[in-house]
Amino acid sequence: MKSALASQSNATADSGRIAARFASLKARQQSGLVTFITAGDPDLEICTKLLAGLPKAGADIIELGMPFSDPMADGPSIQSANLRAFKAGVKLSKVLDLVRGFRERDKDTPLVLMGYYNPVYVYGVEKFVRDAKGVGVDGIIIVDTPPEEDAEICQPSLNQGLNFIRLITPTTDAKRLPAVLHNASGFLYYVSITGTTGSKSAGAEPVRAALAELRRHTSLPIAVGFGITTPDQAKTMAQTSDAVVVGSAIVNRIASNLDGQGHAKVGLVEDVLGFVESLAKAAHNR
Amino acid sequence: MPLVLAVEKAYNEAKADPKFQEELDYYLKHYVGRPSPLFYAQRLTEKLGGAKIYFKRDELNHTGAHKINHCMGQILLAKRMGKTRIIAETGAGQHGVATATVAALFNLPCVVYMGEVDIERQKPNVFRMKLLGAEVRPVTSGSRSLKDAMNGALRDWVGNVEDTFYIIGTVGGPHPYPAMVRDFQSIIGREVRQQILEAEKRLPDSLVACVGGGSNAMGLFYDFLDEPNITMHAVEAAGHGIDTGLHAAALTGGTAGILHGMRSYFLQDDDGQIQEAHSISAGLDYPGVGPEHAWLKETKRVNYVSATDEEALAAFQSCSKLEGIIPALEPSHALAFVMKIAPSLPKTHLMVVNICGRGDKDIFTVAEKLGVKL
Repeated sequence: MKSALASQSNATADSGRIAARFASLKARQQSGLVTFITAGDPDLEICTKLLAGLPKAGADIIELGMPFSDPMADGPSIQSANLRAFKAGVKLSKVLDLVRGFRERDKDTPLVLMGYYNPVYVYGVEKFVRDAKGVGVDGIIIVDTPPEEDAEICQPSLNQGLNFIRLITPTTDAKRLPAVLHNASGFLYYVSITGTTGSKSAGAEPVRAALAELRRHTSLPIAVGFGITTPDQAKTMAQTSDAVVVGSAIVNRIASNLDGQGHAKVGLVEDVLGFVESLAKAAHNR
Repeated sequence: MPLVLAVEKAYNEAKADPKFQEELDYYLKHYVGRPSPLFYAQRLTEKLGGAKIYFKRDELNHTGAHKINHCMGQILLAKRMGKTRIIAETGAGQHGVATATVAALFNLPCVVYMGEVDIERQKPNVFRMKLLGAEVRPVTSGSRSLKDAMNGALRDWVGNVEDTFYIIGTVGGPHPYPAMVRDFQSIIGREVRQQILEAEKRLPDSLVACVGGGSNAMGLFYDFLDEPNITMHAVEAAGHGIDTGLHAAALTGGTAGILHGMRSYFLQDDDGQIQEAHSISAGLDYPGVGPEHAWLKETKRVNYVSATDEEALAAFQSCSKLEGIIPALEPSHALAFVMKIAPSLPKTHLMVVNICGRGDKDIFTVAEKLGVKL
């Protein structure tokens, strides 16, 4: 009983990493940078180095993709990253190992797992949220479970003290918004386009208007993502948001540092982290 | 989600509107050629020496398969919703051809997603779709077959929500598709009821259909689910054999999972990664199955069995020679099962098997398997 209570109090303390990060960004009047990479891309060793280097390069929140055979919401870049991760032998248990390794050295940077429901369902939902919490995950994004299915993975995540981060899209209308916001926590992920990751870019004005409307209904921080590929775009989106998410562009940067066999060329880690640094500067100095 | 909620709302309204049904009936009769005949397969019956076998001849529909039934329903719904662009996924190409056909009929631009691998092995259907004015977009991701084509179509749909309607080719995908496609296909069973009562003055004792995603089986079974005396057999594709792991039998050899907006049975590894399906018949080559089939398996209402590539190939040849009907490789799986069980049944046993497609599209595959150069 005692140990259960102890771990519970830990849970409460840990779940504050996302909130703490947004609070400190706010205090500095900065927008944050959320970086996405796929776990095990291009292999476990390089991915470990990338993860370790991201906070220093300026990533405020790390989103780590859980590879899936059928990533329906993702464009070609992240689809390819998934295939590279499979080639490197990544399974859900290895994703959790990566987080454990990261968390041993970094106690402050929030880390969010992002993926599709089936691998989690097969792993076992209760076991997954417990193990994720145990290795130091702060939040979960599952792109293919709508609020209608909150009992599946959202509620168990919240019960475990994990944030459950919701995606809001331009097609989320006023009627549906309350249902989407109901169990949302940590931050909101505003998908700035209708489409898959990295497929196109949104204009600043529609996003500004959408965020203004959203803020009437929620006090959660809002991160804007999908289609932000350059520091300039990051800077523009940062002006209206609490954070910008960059995924496909970072993944493309990884891919451009691979040789014909898909092996990392010398300097991959430095080049990718250098790119992240330029994005972070743009987001922070909006 | 708002996307599928809109389809659900529109479908519920259409269902309640007699004008919608009237229009659908008109096209099914004058364009598709319904009702399809119920044919007493006398020579096959005599050869097997047991059950009296009837063929539900959905291979005689326009475009050569049952797929046109749900395509007609869905495109009329798309029109009703004011959508101006059609997308679809296809494996064997039958659903793609049926979709391209109705899109041509109603003058709507149509994009069909098809795995690169399937494009290679179903060239005639690819050409048919192009002749019908559709664009066939190759899918190069994943296993480059049917499930990836569905991923491709879903990606397109979320990027073009305003003007596009997604015509799904089976009783799968997010709600309301499994129920909607089932409803549009259920005309098969309703016709069988009327036709067998006319021919035999009573209902059949058993029904047999093949299952990939499960649309033709649901179409045959649905109207009879509440008749406790009718046995139903659904035949999955066992490929090289269930124990080889190279098959497409999600219900017989798969486990529970969630994909494409449904919870059902899937071929997957212990990490929840969806596996490639294997079957001689591209139309059964899907690693999942419609969720209502999962339910019918769990409640034991339907008996799920399987037939291998070889058994289907043998049935394909027998049916061609005995009845002068070249069946598609998909219903050849159903026929393979019929050949197994019919001999042990009494002559008074009435059995209806759904010949859901014709085999013209398969002659190249079959020739190759038989070592014949065309």
